[in-house]
Amino acid sequence: MTPLLKISNLETIVHKGLKPVRVVNGLTLQIMKGETFALLGESGCGKSMTALSVMRLLPEAGEIISGSVKIGGEDLLLLPESAMRNIRGRRISMIFQEPMLSLNPVLTVADQVGEVLQQHFNLQGIALKERILKILNQVGIPDVPNRMFEYPFQFSGGMKQRVMIAMALAGEPELLIADEPTTALDVTIQAQVLALMSSLQQYNGMAILLITHDLGVVAEMAHQVAVMYAGEIVETAARDQFFRNPAHPYSLKLFAALPGKKKREKGLATINGTMPLLSREFIGCRFADRCDHAWDLCHVSVPEWNEVTAGHQVRCHLFSKNSEYRVESPVKKVEISSQAMSAFQAPTSNPQLLRVTNLKVHFPIHKGLMKRVTGHIKAVDGVSLTIPQGRTLALVGESGCGKTTVGKAILQLIPPTAGSVQYDGLELVGLERKKLREKRTEFQIVFQDPYSSLNPRMRIIDIIKEGINSSDIKFNRGMSGGNPRSLISEEEKVDTLLQRVGLPPDTGWRYPHEFSGGQRQRIAIARALAVNPRLLICDEPTSALDVSVQAQILNLLEELQNSLGLSYLFITHNISVVEYLADEIAVMYLGRIVEQGTVDEVLGNPRHPYTQALLSAVPVIEFESKREIIRLHGDSPSPVNPPSGCHFHPRCHHATSICHTIYPEETAFSPTHITRCYLYSKERNLPHPQMQK
Amino acid sequence: MPFKPIVLWTDALIYLLLVVIVFFVWYVRSNKHLLEPWRRVGHSTSGMMALTLLVFFITIGLLDTVHFRSAVESNRDTESGTIYSAEVLSLLDVIATPLRTRLEKTYSAPFATHLYTKETIELSDGKQVREFPRLVFGGANLQDPKTQFTADFASRAFIGLSFGIFIWCICAILLITLLASMGGHKFSETLSIIWRNETESPWKYVLLTLALIFSLAGTAITLSAHYHILGTDKVGQDVFYQSLKSIRTGLVIGTLTTLIMLPFAILLGIMAGYFKGWVDDVIQYTYTTLSSIPSVLLIAAAVLMMQVYTETHLELFDTIAARADLRLLFLCIILGVTSWTGLCRLLRGETLKLREMEYIQAAHAFGASHWRIISRHILPNVMHIILITTVMDFSGLVLAEAVLSYVGVGVDPSMISFGTMINAARLEMAREPMVWWPLLSAFSFMFALVLSANLFADSVQDAFNPRIKTSLIRIGKSRQGKQGNKLENKVVVSIIRDSTSP
Repeated sequence: MTPLLKISNLETIVHKGLKPVRVVNGLTLQIMKGETFALLGESGCGKSMTALSVMRLLPEAGEIISGSVKIGGEDLLLLPESAMRNIRGRRISMIFQEPMLSLNPVLTVADQVGEVLQQHFNLQGIALKERILKILNQVGIPDVPNRMFEYPFQFSGGMKQRVMIAMALAGEPELLIADEPTTALDVTIQAQVLALMSSLQQYNGMAILLITHDLGVVAEMAHQVAVMYAGEIVETAARDQFFRNPAHPYSLKLFAALPGKKKREKGLATINGTMPLLSREFIGCRFADRCDHAWDLCHVSVPEWNEVTAGHQVRCHLFSKNSEYRVESPVKKVEISSQAMSAFQAPTSNPQLLRVTNLKVHFPIHKGLMKRVTGHIKAVDGVSLTIPQGRTLALVGESGCGKTTVGKAILQLIPPTAGSVQYDGLELVGLERKKLREKRTEFQIVFQDPYSSLNPRMRIIDIIKEGINSSDIKFNRGMSGGNPRSLISEEEKVDTLLQRVGLPPDTGWRYPHEFSGGQRQRIAIARALAVNPRLLICDEPTSALDVSVQAQILNLLEELQNSLGLSYLFITHNISVVEYLADEIAVMYLGRIVEQGTVDEVLGNPRHPYTQALLSAVPVIEFESKREIIRLHGDSPSPVNPPSGCHFHPRCHHATSICHTIYPEETAFSPTHITRCYLYSKERNLPHPQMQK
Repeated sequence: MPFKPIVLWTDALIYLLLVVIVFFVWYVRSNKHLLEPWRRVGHSTSGMMALTLLVFFITIGLLDTVHFRSAVESNRDTESGTIYSAEVLSLLDVIATPLRTRLEKTYSAPFATHLYTKETIELSDGKQVREFPRLVFGGANLQDPKTQFTADFASRAFIGLSFGIFIWCICAILLITLLASMGGHKFSETLSIIWRNETESPWKYVLLTLALIFSLAGTAITLSAHYHILGTDKVGQDVFYQSLKSIRTGLVIGTLTTLIMLPFAILLGIMAGYFKGWVDDVIQYTYTTLSSIPSVLLIAAAVLMMQVYTETHLELFDTIAARADLRLLFLCIILGVTSWTGLCRLLRGETLKLREMEYIQAAHAFGASHWRIISRHILPNVMHIILITTVMDFSGLVLAEAVLSYVGVGVDPSMISFGTMINAARLEMAREPMVWWPLLSAFSFMFALVLSANLFADSVQDAFNPRIKTSLIRIGKSRQGKQGNKLENKVVVSIIRDSTSP
């Protein structure tokens, strides 16, 4: 059987600065018809550039210097640009990462899908319209005859991604390139989109080149897996082989860096250093500098492909037949650097460092000339939670459920509409601005996006000193006041902080744009720590980072909690991070907490149907334990006009008539485990639902 | 004392601006991280070339700013001491005394030896002829202009050019010696490094620009001693002298107006965007109202009121220059008041965006004061907008002055500016044969000034914006060199996504 797509020795460079950056270096792969081939790698390893090289859509500075890309025997790199236009969209199509940016906002959905059909099939009039209808139906868009004439802004994120898929499929391509198709989506939507893609694949028999960084998605979707590192593929195998028996030290590290419940007490394995600059010349193995198993040979000679088992190849000297230094069992599990993380004994002195009761944040909607208030967006609608000293509470929910707003309202960055926030017994809501400013040093926030949370025009030292300056010195003005001694001690303090978060002290003199995402997040943490807070609100601190960097940040946060006794409110949508880090968990849906309890209680025995669906939608790697995904239909409703009764009832499989009318009361299973669902309510003794485990 | 120093209002403001700039330079030099972007400005070729030209203009402008009144020889011994001339002169006037004083009767073309208009001349034998009379000063040294002009012109131009190049050599040697001592190299080594253009700053191009300026200036100076190199205007005044004098007016309008406008725009714009609510409403309505009044009418009204006031209070001004200067200052103020709305609107929009940024929220979480957030976080992040607007406005204002003077509400008629020059020349464009030189001179001087300011501003912008990477410049070079060994039919296609995205 001949492969559909065959890339051999592809080399792509990007002209940048003095030396060209070799973003793809001698890449070879084959994709069979009807197969899903996953290209796995961290950001900057060249996986997107590979896809763009195949489509010949490289940015202006990019250039393919050698190699061939053959689709069904035809070399794409030798085609003139005009012929290439008949390939794109017809034989190969592409789905991009960001559905919000990939659709033209001023054209209707039907126009955008129709464009492809006009280009490749010359369809007109009624035939065109029928075809569009059929395709949009195929990707599961409800009420197509009406919705096809709507504009992209009238669609939700998941629906937009469906439209993108519809556009990609309109040309009936033989190969679909999906570049991180679900990274921007919520887990429940991600499950929908992935299911759609595999069902379409079965129907059309097309091949998919899936580009992702998410091991879970790979486990769910792929037939073949290739791991990419620094511009080249280091390991390739069938999915089962790869997940049962990853061979390359880098792949092993990726698995070890994944947070999860089992690794709670041990700390996560991290990969030392960062990915090498692709502009430099490589003599030996590219991973050698960061590899635990590297020996002399790795630094001087490039490893060839070695076969582990049939169809499982790896580029590593460990598996070389003629290697003298052959390690006895190279596939041993990576030792996790368990530096005796002594479990921190939470001081029981303050079991309620933060106590939030019935917090509400409503944003008014103004309309008309006089800006009358016509309604409210109920972003947060009655949230209560408690965080003891030295513990971690995870607030879990999908995007738009109001979890970030909770974090900001606790910090009084957004004034709450109602409710109370008591920090250490002090009521923060309605506190005078002056008194609040004095108190601000005690609770700090770490933001999601490390690129927008640091002022680009300030040096790191100024960024970190800002907290010190606007807190200590302002309130002890007498002793500082331009005193050179205090300045020195301030710089020392900055150095200590930088060291504490694992950055060299000379970092302070540089600007944020010189750092990578992980380093920036460390700086943001150092800035928050500068004022010695007791409570840290972490707003998705790792969702913009790679797995290995995420592991570093999570380790750092855990270590800081152990040594400083910090309390965390950890806002996230990533369940595996919760399993790894949190003590307690609160699941939020549309502005309200639907289930709350310790991690074991909630994750081990989820009660609320939403929690169950959320947990089942998370792609898992251990695919031996077959689970059944509870598919949720549709998207979260808008908080402007939440459904009556229980907010979840339109998507719930167990909904009954009472769910439509009255919001359920709390039901407690244990002193800590609480949920709000009629399934367990004493008022209605329904039979216990069948738990999917 | 043989002279009495006069400090006009605009002079005082220019001195103030100089002090601010000197202080700023000193402050930047003592802070390494602030110096870094300015170093990058120094590495930009076009920026440094433009700066060289700008420095030349600014020097002329500054020379024209030092005003004084010279003492008049007086026969009477009065108790009150020396009497000073009513005429206020500047250093530039003194240097260019020959240009200033050698008035012809009326128009004469550049390098002409005869007037541009025919006159009835009475010959020595009593007959009258109508012909082009000889100029009093232009080419007065020539016996027979027809035959001698070319040779005389060539020899003088050559002398001037050599003189210019000689001066340039001295400057170049001084500069290279300075660079050599700073870099710790020998003179010859430094020279070869500069020649191969391997220095950090493009000194080679700076020297080339200097060579161009000096040879042009040398030639112009030597020739202008005997000719009116850019001709004369209606009243016989040298156009070259007028062009030089216009530089100061242009610089003053361009810089002082911005200075007056900036505080309004920055303060109000950032306040509107940062505080929102009723503050925003008040500021927005203010500038919306202001910008809906036609600004030309507003300026005309204000200038006319000013004119009436000065004419009814003549006793307030001891010289004509003081009166003209006050009008110039007033023009700057009124231009400033009407032109802050654009920048204010831009800053409001940008601040609205910035205040939602996470680093601003982080600062709030530290309990930083409003003033601190505005000055440390928002202001530095809108600085590039301010910089661009300032420089764009500079050129715009120089041009606006020309338009206003054309309408008749610009600077005082006694003050030489590009606007008054153009205004005086506009009618003569319709004349046959056309009088083209005053317009062309004003245009070329203005063009050089505005273009160099724009180019310099571009390089400043590139250096200060952390998102722009200057390393991209070399892409073009390396691409062209490798075209040979490529796969065939390869076409670089459009950018779909940024190359840096994952």
